[in-house]
Amino acid sequence: MPLKYVINPDVCLKLQKDKCGTCADVCPANAIDYTQTEETITLNAGSIVFSPGFKPFDPSRFDNYQYANYPNVVTSMEFERLLSASGPTHGHVMTMPKLPMKPKKKADKALAEKRKDPKKIAWFQCVGSRDMNKCDNAYCSSVCCMYAVKEAIIAKEHDPELEPYIFFMDMRTPGKEFEKYYQNAKEKHGINFVRARVHSVTEDRDTHDLNIRYADEMGQIVDDSFDMVVLSVGLEIPQETRDMAEKLGIDITDHGFCKTDSFEPVTSSRDGVYVSGVFNNPKDIPESVLDASAAASAAGDFLADVRGTMTKAEEKIEETNVIGDPPKIGVFVCDCGSNIAGVVDCPSLTEYAKELPYVEFATETLYACAQDTQDKMVETIKEKGLNRIVVAACTPKTHEPLFQESMVNAGLNKYLFEMTNIRNHNSWVHKNNPEIATEKAKDLVRMAVAKAALAQPLAEEKINVNDTVMVVGGGLAGLTAAKSLATQGYDTHIVEKKDVLGGEALKLYKTAQGEDVGEKMAALVADIEANEKITVHTNTTLEGVEGFVGNFKSKLVSGGNETELEHGVAVLATGAKCSEPTEYCFGDDDRIIKTLDLDKMLKEQDAKLDSVKTAVFIQCVGSREPNRPYCSRVCCTHSIDNAIELKKRNPETDVFILYRDIRTYGERELLYKEARELGVIFIRYEVDRKPEVKVEKDAVKITLIDHVLNQPVEIEADLLTLAAAIEPRKDERLANFFKVPLNDEGFFVEKHAKLGPAEFATDGVFVAGSGHYPKPVNEAATQGRAAASRALTLLAKKDSLFTSGTIATVDQEKCSQCGVCVSICPYNAPGFAADGRFAGTAEINPVLCKGCGLCVASCRSGALHLRGFDTNQIFSQIFALGEVV
Amino acid sequence: MNSTKTGSVVVIGGGISGMLSALDLANSGFYVYLVEKGPSIGGVMAQLDKTFPTNDCAM
Repeated sequence: MPLKYVINPDVCLKLQKDKCGTCADVCPANAIDYTQTEETITLNAGSIVFSPGFKPFDPSRFDNYQYANYPNVVTSMEFERLLSASGPTHGHVMTMPKLPMKPKKKADKALAEKRKDPKKIAWFQCVGSRDMNKCDNAYCSSVCCMYAVKEAIIAKEHDPELEPYIFFMDMRTPGKEFEKYYQNAKEKHGINFVRARVHSVTEDRDTHDLNIRYADEMGQIVDDSFDMVVLSVGLEIPQETRDMAEKLGIDITDHGFCKTDSFEPVTSSRDGVYVSGVFNNPKDIPESVLDASAAASAAGDFLADVRGTMTKAEEKIEETNVIGDPPKIGVFVCDCGSNIAGVVDCPSLTEYAKELPYVEFATETLYACAQDTQDKMVETIKEKGLNRIVVAACTPKTHEPLFQESMVNAGLNKYLFEMTNIRNHNSWVHKNNPEIATEKAKDLVRMAVAKAALAQPLAEEKINVNDTVMVVGGGLAGLTAAKSLATQGYDTHIVEKKDVLGGEALKLYKTAQGEDVGEKMAALVADIEANEKITVHTNTTLEGVEGFVGNFKSKLVSGGNETELEHGVAVLATGAKCSEPTEYCFGDDDRIIKTLDLDKMLKEQDAKLDSVKTAVFIQCVGSREPNRPYCSRVCCTHSIDNAIELKKRNPETDVFILYRDIRTYGERELLYKEARELGVIFIRYEVDRKPEVKVEKDAVKITLIDHVLNQPVEIEADLLTLAAAIEPRKDERLANFFKVPLNDEGFFVEKHAKLGPAEFATDGVFVAGSGHYPKPVNEAATQGRAAASRALTLLAKKDSLFTSGTIATVDQEKCSQCGVCVSICPYNAPGFAADGRFAGTAEINPVLCKGCGLCVASCRSGALHLRGFDTNQIFSQIFALGEVV
Repeated sequence: MNSTKTGSVVVIGGGISGMLSALDLANSGFYVYLVEKGPSIGGVMAQLDKTFPTNDCAM
C-alpha cells in the first residue's frame, strides 16, 4: 500500500548500466525519477514506537522437507498468495506454484506441463517453531495453527473435492472464537487433523507428487502421498532487527523478542522507547492491534505534558452559500491509468457528460486522485463557479473523503459531491465488452449527474464532549486504562462493586515471567489512589446509563446513596471469574482444589505443600466442552508455572499434568520445556476418555489411558489441582445500559474481531480485560492501555467531533406518531418529541443516527427523509437510468 | 511548559501495528513520523489473502 509501482534498484538496467529507461518513456504521469538517491534525515522526537515486525522462517535449511528442491513444497506465506485473487495464479490453487506462470526455460516448461489442481494437500505445523534440533527456535509462533486451519478451509472452499490434512503436535487455538473455528474445520469442513511430526518428504520423480513418512499416535510408521505440502513456517526476528534493538539500547530475549514487564507490556528497558507487534512476542493480528494502541498510550503518557504542542491546526475555508443557485455541475472522468481507460472510451464519455443537463464543465483525468489533479479541481471549481461535483472513477469507500476534502478546500459543502464507480462496477467486470462498458459508464454518469443536481448542502452537528471518563471495573485492565487516561490529563472515575481495587489478579501468585502479582498490584493500586485525577468509587454499582457518546449520565449507587456521574466515554473492564468444577469429585475432598486455591497456598507458603509427594493437574476442566466451547487461554501456562514451582520447592515431588493440548503460545513455550526438563510428566487424554478420579483415604486415585502406552495408568495423588474454566460475568444489564452485544458465551463482542479489539460498535464505549475474553496479566494490561488510547483519540477531538450530514430527518407535520421508526432503529436514534408544537411526533437524535435509512423505508406517512439520499434524488437516478438518450 | 520533551513520536515499522500506533498517536495530539524501510506500508498483513473469522480481505 499504496498500490503503486517501485523500481528495484538491484536489477534496474537504467540504474545499474544506464541502459533501457523504457519505464520513463511509457509512464504517462512522468512519475519516474532515476536521480533519487538515499539521503539521511534527522528526526527529533519525544519518544519512539518500535514495531519492526518479523520474517517468516526460511525452511530452505531443512533437508528433510526439501523446500529448496521440490516444486510442490511451499511455505504458508506462498500458499497465502496462491489463494489470493491478487496473487500470481489469481486465486487458482495449482501445483508447482514456484515456477513462473509462463516459464521460458526448457526444464521449467517440461515441469509446468505437469501442473494440476491439487486434490490432497498436507500442512506441516511447527516448521521453525518449537524446534531445538533443526533450528534454535524453542518458542511457539502462536499464529500458525489458526492460519493453517484458515488456509485449509479456504482451499477447500475453492475446490470441494480437496482433501486437506494438517499434521500437528498440539492444536493451539486459544484465541477468541478460535476453538469453535477449529471444531468447525473438523466437523463441518472435513479438514483432517493428524497428531504427528512428519519425518521426511520424498518426491516421485515423474509426477512430482510427494511421499511423506510419519509415525502415527500408536507409533506405527505411515506412508502417504500428497500433491502439495505447505510448511506452516513460524515467525522469526531477523538479525537486522536484533542489531537495531542493540542500537536503540533495548533488552531482548535469546530469541530476539523484546523484554517487557507483564504490567507494562509495551515498555522496553529504555525510557521513551515502546514496542508493539510480533517483536514484542509472537502474536496475531488482533493482539498486534492492541499492542499498537497500547504503545500509543504508553508513548503518550511519557509525553503527556507536551501533548498537542506540535500538531498543526487545519486552515478553515469559508463555505460558499449555494442555496438557491442553479446547479453548475463539474464532471471529472478518471482514466485510472489504463484501469478504466483501457476498457471504457473515456474521451467520448467526457464529451457525453458535457451535454448532460446542468453540466457546466467536464474533463478527463489520468488519475483523479493524484495530488496535482486535486489542486486543479480546486482551481476549476473556483474559476468556473461550479457548485456540484461528480467524479466518475473508483469506489467512494476509499476515495470519497479525498474528493470531499478538495471540495472543502474550494469552499464547497462536501455533500454537494457525487461519485460513481465506473471501475469496480464497470471496466473491471466488463473488460471483454468495451463498447457496452462505455455505454454503461454513460448511464452511470447520467444517473450521478441527475442526483447531484438535486444535492443540497448538509450541516454536520457538533457533538459536545464531556471529557470525564468512567471506568467500570477496578481490576488490572480497568486500573491500567484509568492510569493512562489520568496521566494524559482526564478526570477518571473508577466504579468497583467490591470494597477493594485489584479484582481477580489479587488471587494470583506469579505471572508467567515470575513477577510477584501481589506486589505489583499493590504498587498499581497505590499509584491509582495517589492520582489526583482519579476518583475511586468502591462498594459502588452502576444502576443506569443515559445518553450517548460525549454525553453519558450514569447512576451510581453506593450503600443506598445514589449519585449521578456525567462522562463522555466509558471503559467496560468488568473481568471474568473462575467457574466451579462439576466433575473430578470436586468438593468431595480438600485435596482436590482449583488453580486459584493452589495460588493461594503458594502465596501463603502453606505448610501443607511440604507434605505433597504426588501432585496432579487436570487441564480443560469445563473448557472446550459443548456448554463452554472455548479455550480459557491461561490455564496451560498457569498449571505449568505452578508445576515448576512445586518441583522447585521439592524436586522429589512427582508432578503430572493431564492435558488435551498444551497451549503455551509464544515464549510461554519455554516454561513447558523447562517443566519437562524438571521432570514434570505430561500425559494427554482424549475428551471422550477423561481421567477418572476416586477419593480414597490415603490418596486421590486418578486413572487414565496413557497416550503413549495406550494402557491405563493409575496415579495416587495427595494434591489434585483442577484448571477450572474461566467464565464471563454475562452482565446483560450492563450490556443493555451501553447497547453493546454479548456473544453466545457471554463475553463482550468488540467492534471488529481484527481491527477494533478494544472498542465497541457503540461510539464512546471501550472494552478491556477478561470480560472480552480470558487473558493473562500482560494481555489484560495491554488491552487496558489500548482501550485508554482509543478513548484518548476521541477525547482529543473534543472540539472537532461532528455528526454525519447524511442522517435521517423528520417532517413532523406529516408524522402520524405510529412509532414504527422508534421500534425498528438498531441504534435507538428516533424518539418521541417530549414538548413543543410537535410533541409526540418522531424526532431523530443526530448523534445516534448512522444514516442506514431503515426508518425512512419504514415510514408510511412519508415523514422521514434521509439527507443526501432523499427520495427525489433516488427517483431522479432511477428515471435517468430509464432515459434513452 | 518547562519540559524539554518534544511532542512528536517516531514510529518505526509500517506494518499493521506500526500504522495503527501512528494513527492513534496522531489522533490524540502528537506529531508522528512513520518510518518504513520498504517502498510501501502495510507489512505482512497486506500480503494475506483473507483473515479469520469473517474471511474479510486482509487489504
